[in-house]
Amino acid sequence: MSGEDETEADTSQDETEADTSQDETEADTSGDGFHFDQASWHDGDRHEPLNVEKRTTDADYDDSPLPDDLTRDELELPKLEEPELARHYTRLSEMNYGIESGPYPLGSCTMKYNPSFMEDVAANPDGLVHPDRPVGTLQGTLSVLYDLQDYLARIGGMDAVTLQPPAGAAGEFTGVLVADAYHEYNGEDRTEIVVPESAHGTNFASAALAGFDVVSLPSGEDGRVELDALEEALGDDTALLMLTNPNTLGLFERDIEEIAKMVHDAGGLLYYDGANLNALLGRGRPGDMGFDVMHYNVHKTFATPHGGGGPGAGPVGVTDDLTPFLPDPQVVEADESAPVRYDFETPERSIGKVHGEYGNWLVLAKTYAYIARLGDDGLADASAKAVLNANYLATQIEYDVPYGPFHHEFVASAGDQDAADVAKRMLDYGVHPPTTKWPEIVSEALMTEPTEVETKRTLDQLARAFNAVAGEDDDALANAPERTTAARIDQTEAARSLRLSWRALEH
Amino acid sequence: MTGRGESGNHHSPHGTEENGSPYAPHGTAETATMLDAVGVDSEEELFDIPDPVEFDGDFGIDARSERQIRAEMRDRLARNDDLVELLGRGHYDYYVPSVVSHLADRSEFLTSYTQYQPEVTQGFLQALFEYQSLLVELTGLGIANCSMYDAATALGEAATLAERVRETSGTRVLVPEHLADGRREVLANYVAGTDLVVESYPMDDGVVDVDALRERADDETVMVYAETPTVRGCVEESLDAVGEIADDRDALFVLGSDPISLSLLEEPASAGADVVVGSASALGLPQSFGMDLGLFACREAFVRQVPGRLVGASTDAEGTRTYTLTLQTREQHIRRERATSNICTNQAWVALRAAMHATGLGADGLADLAKRDVARASDLADRVDAIRGVQAPVHDRHHVREFLAHTDQPAPAIRDDLVDSGFAVHVVGEHHLQICTTGATDDELDGFVDALAEVAR
Repeated sequence: MSGEDETEADTSQDETEADTSQDETEADTSGDGFHFDQASWHDGDRHEPLNVEKRTTDADYDDSPLPDDLTRDELELPKLEEPELARHYTRLSEMNYGIESGPYPLGSCTMKYNPSFMEDVAANPDGLVHPDRPVGTLQGTLSVLYDLQDYLARIGGMDAVTLQPPAGAAGEFTGVLVADAYHEYNGEDRTEIVVPESAHGTNFASAALAGFDVVSLPSGEDGRVELDALEEALGDDTALLMLTNPNTLGLFERDIEEIAKMVHDAGGLLYYDGANLNALLGRGRPGDMGFDVMHYNVHKTFATPHGGGGPGAGPVGVTDDLTPFLPDPQVVEADESAPVRYDFETPERSIGKVHGEYGNWLVLAKTYAYIARLGDDGLADASAKAVLNANYLATQIEYDVPYGPFHHEFVASAGDQDAADVAKRMLDYGVHPPTTKWPEIVSEALMTEPTEVETKRTLDQLARAFNAVAGEDDDALANAPERTTAARIDQTEAARSLRLSWRALEH
Repeated sequence: MTGRGESGNHHSPHGTEENGSPYAPHGTAETATMLDAVGVDSEEELFDIPDPVEFDGDFGIDARSERQIRAEMRDRLARNDDLVELLGRGHYDYYVPSVVSHLADRSEFLTSYTQYQPEVTQGFLQALFEYQSLLVELTGLGIANCSMYDAATALGEAATLAERVRETSGTRVLVPEHLADGRREVLANYVAGTDLVVESYPMDDGVVDVDALRERADDETVMVYAETPTVRGCVEESLDAVGEIADDRDALFVLGSDPISLSLLEEPASAGADVVVGSASALGLPQSFGMDLGLFACREAFVRQVPGRLVGASTDAEGTRTYTLTLQTREQHIRRERATSNICTNQAWVALRAAMHATGLGADGLADLAKRDVARASDLADRVDAIRGVQAPVHDRHHVREFLAHTDQPAPAIRDDLVDSGFAVHVVGEHHLQICTTGATDDELDGFVDALAEVAR
């Protein structure tokens, strides 16, 4: 939460001049010597001790203001004084790899650099308010949310957007509930959701959570949706087709217009999984392709930090027909006669709430800041460089990439090698590895998404890591990683002899 | 309005440094080299988008500098009124020490992904293991996951777990009459795809009406939900009885609470709770417009039915104790439509913050906060009760943090007058205010009592 220094010179516009010199100098290609030794605090047969192994205190209940039968008997927990606390978590952070550590080309995860200024924007204390205030006292917050609804609607080609879902999968669930409410309102009982085999696992799980039967759609030989198979899957029971475009192989579904027509002719709706929206920013909009409902993964496309697994946000966009079913409430601009400019409004046939309040405010504030920073040109440049980076990297690696033309990500095959082992070995070369063994249509898949934030130099470094590992034997792979905090971790032991808290370690 | 004119529709073949993304660091010559390597003249050639669906319009979003955006957001958010918030009902404004924010903002934590490569993410995994362990101590239950989105979605997940586990059968989910609207509605959406039916049971002066609950619970009951403190701040006095009722019907006893209250109140496992859900964001997160951290803990018997991520201890090839995500076969990326939940991205970084805050407080510090919350709620209720036109607390119970006050004048009008005096409180009925002490200083509470005395007459 750094200071809000108004007098600070604005240098952010000059950044591009500073880096032109790079173009004149050949990047360091000194080769296979590049590696990474991650910090490893060691204490005998453990790393940094657990907080509970350092110091604990007991609570005292002799002075409880409550009767004994309402008061617990005892509680012992770790307690670290501030200097120890700072050192504990600093050491833990040193044993963790983030985007600011190096390349992080996890396919489908869109691990972009997370601009630092967004943290300061979100930390603004004026935005840190309780959700139950009267709307008249929340006009600042509501104005940001209103404009973010609008920005996202424009970017996706949608008519309305809800910001309430707190993650991508929550967005999927919301979209499915909205589609279900729409069908029900129209007097239709549709029980099936069609999902391509290569889709994200959340699509299947979200459909099932909402009570639908999942109809799995095999990929065609070219890695895309095959229209004959789709025809077979669609029917009177079809509520929704959930599609990722470009799909998880990075391929654009060229038949999207025909697909949309087929789904609509069958009486179904078309859902866009926004996980790969980074490829399309300013180039194509789901709304223009015939999609009726979509979610945005702002922690992917709009660079809000992944935070080691969250929080994210999964806003959902819909066309006019579905707008009445959105979660409660929407932020609207009030009538001129109203005492407030922005207000909450319950959509006419709302599905109700999908989060206890209004979703993940801190993440939404960062999303607004990111979109404002890039604007039209920046967003289009992001997709251009993301697609260029994936294509450039693919030309530099020795592994086969069976499907194309791909966009922001590609899926290489590790061939005779085990993709999971390849990933472990890549860690030794100072990079995070790709997503592995998925989608299954590519054997020993290495699903790679470098994003636009990498330069030629870091892409070359990534390529050297791929290629070095491609040339190594099974032993080297099986013994990897060697330079990380931990050597290879025994997953079977973790699952068989479950130890899920420090209590379990005592035995 | 638009940042891109007519000519701007055609992106420069070598990128648009001047108007491009500040976070796509390619120089012109560098871009040219890369395009050459790929064998195309421009990035546009790499896009395989059919003409009819290609977008060649504008969003009409102007790019701004960092400085402009920070100033804009400062100006906009300043339009929120500056109020002392005496607001709670699930979202509490405890002071979060600066050290928590600074440590959590270390980029190794903040900018990392889910720990799919545990060898290189031991730090976050250990912090999450410590977070899970904290919840195990507070609840007395054997398993805690490392986060749900919020209390409402955690409650929804508890209901679907109740439907899945083998030891229960039936379709009825019983919830208290006093329940936050957000939790009630989210629960309804989570069970919409199941056969479960949610029904309310009555309260008796702010806590569970045990006789009425016993009457409603039957063999079709699959889950009984109760909260302590309740949404109105009352300490639930009959947890053991609720546990017995649930047990008699082979239903799951799901308890809603929060880590600070749990540091003082009866341990849930001792009262027979099978699952504990609720909000853990009282720790580590300032008031954030309802953004939350959902806690989820349960008995070990349900470990293969738990939603979300679990971190477990293991050993690495050198024999060192290490941590890793485990039992991933429960999860959507492996099990797809048969997963225990659709959750993927969760609130890990908020859990990290909560663990940091709790580690700084210790058991004594946590319990001191809870004791303070009981004492201050009681003190403020007494002072409010002394005001002409106000009676408090409405419920003759023990309270944590907050309580209901009856106002002779209509409550909404008093709420509006209080806003004019700089204070925010809840309205929960025509003549009921709800007042929370957590975030306010003693001086602010003094000011509030004076302001209420002015407007309540």
